[in-house]
This record gives sequence, structure tokens and C-alpha cells, in this order.
Amino acid sequence: MSGRRPYVRSMNGWWRRDPFFVRYMIREATALIVAAYALVLLAGVLCLAQGEAAWNGWLAQMQRPVSIVLHVLMLAVMIYHTYSWFEIMPKTMPALFVGGKRVSAAAITMTGLAAAVAAAAATFAVAWMLRP
Amino acid sequence: MSEAGKVIEIEVLRYRPEQDAAPVTQMFRVPFTDDMSVLQGLQYIKDHLDGTLSFRWSCRMAICGSCGMMIDGKPKLSCKTFLREFYPAGLRVEALAHFPIERDLVAGVDDFIVKLESIKPYLIPKESRRLEQGEYLQTPHELEQYEQFSSCINCMLCYAACPQYGLDSKFTGPGVLALLHRYNADSRDGGRDERMQLVNAEEGVWSCTAVGYCSEVCPKAVDPANAVNLNKVESAKDYFLRFVRKQ
Repeated sequence: MSGRRPYVRSMNGWWRRDPFFVRYMIREATALIVAAYALVLLAGVLCLAQGEAAWNGWLAQMQRPVSIVLHVLMLAVMIYHTYSWFEIMPKTMPALFVGGKRVSAAAITMTGLAAAVAAAAATFAVAWMLRP
Repeated sequence: MSEAGKVIEIEVLRYRPEQDAAPVTQMFRVPFTDDMSVLQGLQYIKDHLDGTLSFRWSCRMAICGSCGMMIDGKPKLSCKTFLREFYPAGLRVEALAHFPIERDLVAGVDDFIVKLESIKPYLIPKESRRLEQGEYLQTPHELEQYEQFSSCINCMLCYAACPQYGLDSKFTGPGVLALLHRYNADSRDGGRDERMQLVNAEEGVWSCTAVGYCSEVCPKAVDPANAVNLNKVESAKDYFLRFVRKQ
């Protein structure tokens, strides 16, 4: 007769066991906030389609102090999301070779972050030039 | 500086199925020197303090993959981790997470072995060659496509690092999928179609949520997260290309 009686440990609270898992959960949670912000922008587009009054109403909502505070928070979340996205990017790509040498994970992450910063700066510059 | 007389406290999660209903912790005080690994600390316990302590080990040089365990909550090879890192606070050792505990620090790995066999972890030659035709040739670039994934020693630290495997052990898991990729990415291999069934399955690459801790804990820099996520692309291509591929 077998004396085997394997003991299975609980997974309750698994994500609190290691700081790595906590960072992973934050990364996943930031995706929800990014999606929420996309909905805010979508609401703006829908208001624009409904005419001037609706559009001005949406703009007025965006200028409320609570809305500005939320935007600052969402910006912080978005920055962390961007960072974590490019941090994991090398894991999702096939090995990249430049001049016969393999491109390091850090170089891929830095290139991605630099591109994100450049794109954000360009968007900001365009918005600044087009301001009323 | 004298090393004599240093003693470290090792807390061991013990489980003896014939007497323990659930695992219990036991504390041992182990004299040690700076060159002693955690494995040597456990061997000291077994030789001098409690001969009933069970743990797996073989090579003592990070190549056999037997001595993986949770050391202060992190999956590590006990032969490659030194007691001095934990002095004076002490350390806690436990069987590899996400596997059932068979006894003390011995994890039940039956599930892993079944999965390892299922992916056909050997070359299935693309073209059969007779001896006089010579060896299968490969360029350095072709070698580089799979070389890092061939370093896997089946130590299962990546499974202990994978919450998706812990939550649902039907997931094929990082190590086995990395080995699967090692053969699929080999230019001499022709077994891709057979293995893609396992990649495309729900228990295949799509159970991975890119936590990425598997690659972090790998003692051989295999980067299983990379292998798994590359195969999400392969799996997606497999799905869409069937509409245009000639039968």
C-alpha cells in the first residue's frame, strides 16, 4: 500500500507573496485605468458628434477641479503603464540581431521608452501649437 | 576575520505524511562557514541534527536541477544559494511552491514529467539521412535561434514562480513550453506540426499572462517567458494562416 499523501498548499493571497507579483498586479490594474481614460475620450467624441452644446458641456466637465485631479492621477498611472509595457516587451519579441550581435533586453526597453517619450512630446507640441 | 562559531537559524517547513495532517515548521541552528550553500546546511541538519529530514539533491553544482526549493519565499537552487546571504537574520526553506508536497522539501513532480514527455523533447528529423550522407549541418545563426532554450535543466523553479500554474496546474507551464520551443526553433527539426497542437491548446501558451517571473528565477538564463510569448505569435499565425495555406 502506498503511504503517499501529497499536501497541496493554498494559493490564497498569492500576489502578496512576492514584490514581483505585486508589481505585476499593479501593471494589470493600470490597464483598467487606461481603458477608463479611453472611455472618457470616447465620450468626448460622442459629445462632439451631438453638436456644440453637448461638446461644450463635455469641455466644462473636463475643466472641473475633480476632473483635473483625476487626469493628473490617470497621467501617473499611464506613465507607469507605459514603463511596465516596455519593460515586458523584450520577452514578447524574437531575438533581434544588429550587425551580427544580439540586441540586449535593456536596449529594447530603452528604445521603446524613448519612442514613447518622443511621441508624447510630439503630441504635446502639436496640441500647444493648435491651442486657441 | 574569523569565521569560527557562526551559527545560523534555518526554519524548515516539514511534512511527514504518516504523522502530520498539515506541514509544520521546525527550527534548526546550524554552524556554518561563508563557503557553505543552503544545501550544505540541510546536509548538516540531516547528518547531525535530524536524520529524518528529506530533500532532493545530486550534483551540488547547478546542473542536475534536483535541489530547487523556496528559500525565503523565492524559488532557488539550494546548491547555488549561500547561507552567508541570510546571516544573521536566518532563513526559511520550503518545498517548491505550486507543487504538492510529497515529504518535507520534496515536491511531487509527476505532473511536470507527464508534460515534459508530451511535447516530444527530442529532435524529430526534418529529413531522414543515411549515415554516409553525414551530419545535419547548421549555421551559427540557426544555432542561436534555440541555444539559450536548450540550457534548461528541468529544475522547475519557473513553475514555482508561475502563479498561473499555481492557480491551474492544467497549464503546460514555462519550462516545458521553453523546451518545446527549443525543438521547434531548431532548423533540423520537423516536429513543429505535432507540437503546435499543444501550443495552441487553452492549456498551452494562452494560459500565460506574461507575469515574467519565470525568466527572473531561471538559474540558466533560459528566459521561458520569451519562449512562451514568442509562441503566442506562432499560435496566432497558425490560426490565421490556415485560411490562406494550401492544403
